[in-house]
Amino acid sequence: MELEKSSQNSSELELLSFRLADEEYSVDIMSVREIRGWTRATPLPHAPHHVRGVINLRGTVLPVVDLSVRLGMEPVEGDARNVIIVVQMGNQTAGLLVNAVSDILALPRTELQPPPELAADAAHSFIQALTIVDGRMIRVLDLSAVLPDDNVEAA
Amino acid sequence: MATDPMAEIRASFFVECEELLESLQDALSDMDEGSHDNETINVVFRAVHSIKGGAGAFGLDALVGFAHRYETVMDEVRCGRMPITPEAMKLFFQAADLLQDQVRAARDGAPPPDGSEPCLVALEALMGGAPVEEDIEEATDFQPMGLSFDFGPAEDEGATPALPVWTVRFKPSAALYASGNEPLHLLRALAKLGECKTSCDLSALPALDTLDPEAACLEWVVEITGDVTDFDIREVFDFVEDVCELEITSGGADAPAGGFDLPDLAPPMGDLGADPFAATPGSEPMLEMPGAMPGMPAPTPVAAPPQNPSGVEMNNPPSLADLAETPEPTAAPIAPAEPAPAPAASAPSTGPGATVPKGNAAPAKENSSEPSATVRVDLDRIDRLVNLVGELVINQAMLAQSVAEAGLPPNSAVMTGLEAFMMLTRDIQDSVMMIRAQPVKPLFQRMGRIVREASSAVGKEVRLRTEGEATEVDKTVIERLADPLTHMIRNSVDHGLETPEKREAAGKPREGVITLSAQHRSGRVVIEITDDGAGINRPKVRDIAIKKGLIAAEAQLSDSEIDNLLFLPGFSTADQVSALSGRGVGMDVVRQAIQGLGGRITIHSEPGKGTRFSISLPLTLAVLDGMVVNVANETLVVPLSSILETATLTDEDIRALGPNTNVIHVRGAFVPLYDLGAELGYRAPMENYAGGIVLLTAQENGSRSALVVDSILEQRQVVIKGLQRSYGHIPGVAAATILGDGQIALILDPADLVSNASGRTRSQSFALAG
Repeated sequence: MELEKSSQNSSELELLSFRLADEEYSVDIMSVREIRGWTRATPLPHAPHHVRGVINLRGTVLPVVDLSVRLGMEPVEGDARNVIIVVQMGNQTAGLLVNAVSDILALPRTELQPPPELAADAAHSFIQALTIVDGRMIRVLDLSAVLPDDNVEAA
Repeated sequence: MATDPMAEIRASFFVECEELLESLQDALSDMDEGSHDNETINVVFRAVHSIKGGAGAFGLDALVGFAHRYETVMDEVRCGRMPITPEAMKLFFQAADLLQDQVRAARDGAPPPDGSEPCLVALEALMGGAPVEEDIEEATDFQPMGLSFDFGPAEDEGATPALPVWTVRFKPSAALYASGNEPLHLLRALAKLGECKTSCDLSALPALDTLDPEAACLEWVVEITGDVTDFDIREVFDFVEDVCELEITSGGADAPAGGFDLPDLAPPMGDLGADPFAATPGSEPMLEMPGAMPGMPAPTPVAAPPQNPSGVEMNNPPSLADLAETPEPTAAPIAPAEPAPAPAASAPSTGPGATVPKGNAAPAKENSSEPSATVRVDLDRIDRLVNLVGELVINQAMLAQSVAEAGLPPNSAVMTGLEAFMMLTRDIQDSVMMIRAQPVKPLFQRMGRIVREASSAVGKEVRLRTEGEATEVDKTVIERLADPLTHMIRNSVDHGLETPEKREAAGKPREGVITLSAQHRSGRVVIEITDDGAGINRPKVRDIAIKKGLIAAEAQLSDSEIDNLLFLPGFSTADQVSALSGRGVGMDVVRQAIQGLGGRITIHSEPGKGTRFSISLPLTLAVLDGMVVNVANETLVVPLSSILETATLTDEDIRALGPNTNVIHVRGAFVPLYDLGAELGYRAPMENYAGGIVLLTAQENGSRSALVVDSILEQRQVVIKGLQRSYGHIPGVAAATILGDGQIALILDPADLVSNASGRTRSQSFALAG
């Protein structure tokens, strides 16, 4: 549903794909603000594990989510090759720490498939759709499920 | 994007309306307090009339209709055909409130509010149905801006209570200078206490060729008007009392004469080039006053062309030359003769002196009859400026850091330049913050309405007294204070004050008084809401708390702990849920809102005497003086305002209290010890804290706690960046800031940290026990 809302006027969809561990994920490019190199984040006390901390984004405080941990995998180690994808959802802006950005994909909306109803898997609820590009399966993330929710996460 | 010129004019009309409504409220309050003079009534009349005139120009018929009928009644009063009774006053106030509603409705394009008819009918009934004459001066008379000036003085006298006046004669001895003290700083400190008039006595100053450079020849006489005690003044001179002659006298609100007000404080010879105006923030507007105040006696003969009795030539050091340009040398022969207040020329000083609110330059200008030049600026622009200045501060810190890392010698040109840059940045920041600062007066006036509405809803007689309306606070603080304050005022009316019958039975006047005051206190704004009601019914509060399961039945609570139960979520003491308050969303919401502003709220209650709520708020939400510390390789900022002292722990200081809790022994008291690294989850608690560094912090309620840190890095001003919007609230963390190296550091909230920490340890121990 979110997807349709964000780019409802076109039947084409552009996705930014990136690598997490050895898997490929993607987000709607309309929600991506910028991509930044890795900088050390200041850890937040009492934060959930997947919240890596906050970084300085030109004078504003940006929370950074380790997407790998968020999806139930090993933390991204945090070296120079890793990148932070700055995404915006409504009023909320956050950084997603991923291993590396790979590609920008343009594909018709009709090629997206809803994820099959499988057993509850930590990563499963974050995936909005699946698609196949050049024989690789690409997962389209549901950003609203990934981003730290105010208050709820902090508590 | 062509803007409608009419829309702009319309917008400025509504801004003017707000100003008119404000002066209307002022004048009505004055009338209520008994000043029934023509000028005050005229203010009311003209305010209503101007609104009507403007509304007519924009075709706001409903507003015109209401204002016209209101005006007609006020005209009757103005002509003395209608007596001013308390009932009439009530209706006037009510009509003013309704007028405000009408204006707001017209502004927002909403349909005119209903319910004004009964009030108007009642008003017209008072008038005895006198025939309504049509107004003649309709269009020509619409000059809202002009109005606010010519009734300035009249409004002032009624509005501002006379403040005590102190005269301080201060003559430093040579030993004072020899011990490195600087009178300028003392005088500045005095200037902070209240409105100061400072004069310097140069009579002892010899000619330059006979001048002993180390002798002390100057003497100052400072008059302080303000809410100041003898103790406050003595405190300023605490360290120099034995090396100077000091005389503090009170009363007699008189200056020697109007011409003596000095723009500068006559720094001692060879002054370091400090800005002379910085010394007496209040004195600048005072200088304008003598000419501006109508009907004020011309400054007495002493204001003759300044001469230099001491024979100092104009080719002397610049600071002396400065002195010669001010009228102050003429004051010299008089000041020593009459160190105590001279009764002679009381008029000039009671004029401006009494009307100028405590130590505040801006409102003084506002009240003067000279129109002060103002510019209306869009708030967004100011916010942009504030943000830019914030970036400037961060940038300056970065620069400082890289200069420090470059290892330049401390007295190199770069370092000196950087220091000057730092001072400038700070000045710019202060000035920008001042732009955002606004007097709390409009907020307090809104509360006046709340009191009137609330008291009539519950059938109590309540009077609202306000103090320190000119106190300036950041605009955002004022805006976000409105809701909690409204709630607290309603609470005071509803729960705090007794019914008139009960009050009479208790030997109190039927009319309850709620005092709303604002003042600056040690870098913060303190807003107090005091009622003279029955005080907190502690046994009842306790019972309710037990009934609601908020505390255990056998809990032993101190009085202040019981009072603080009011702040617990879901607490409500009203026997019945009234229309006003008591819906269970009470003081906890208020406390949250105040804490959201970086403030604290405390209760003080005395049975039978009343209750006082104190809200202490930061002056600005943008910057903070902090101590930068290192904990487990993380950099943190602790607000300087909460730190009492820092110390290095020794073995003897630390006492274990239970398995996980330590206390330290400081100055005869035991203070709980918190390991910051462990509390914030950065590392496991340490085995031994000996040799560690602690910050001793104090909370608003007076309780202290010690925080263990690894090292203290520096003390400096940081720009506050909110975390709430991007992430949400983190226990123990107030906000974040950006350090010189671009990294983000968290700003701690020690009080929150400690309350959360204690909560957690308790729950842990329960978990262990279970």
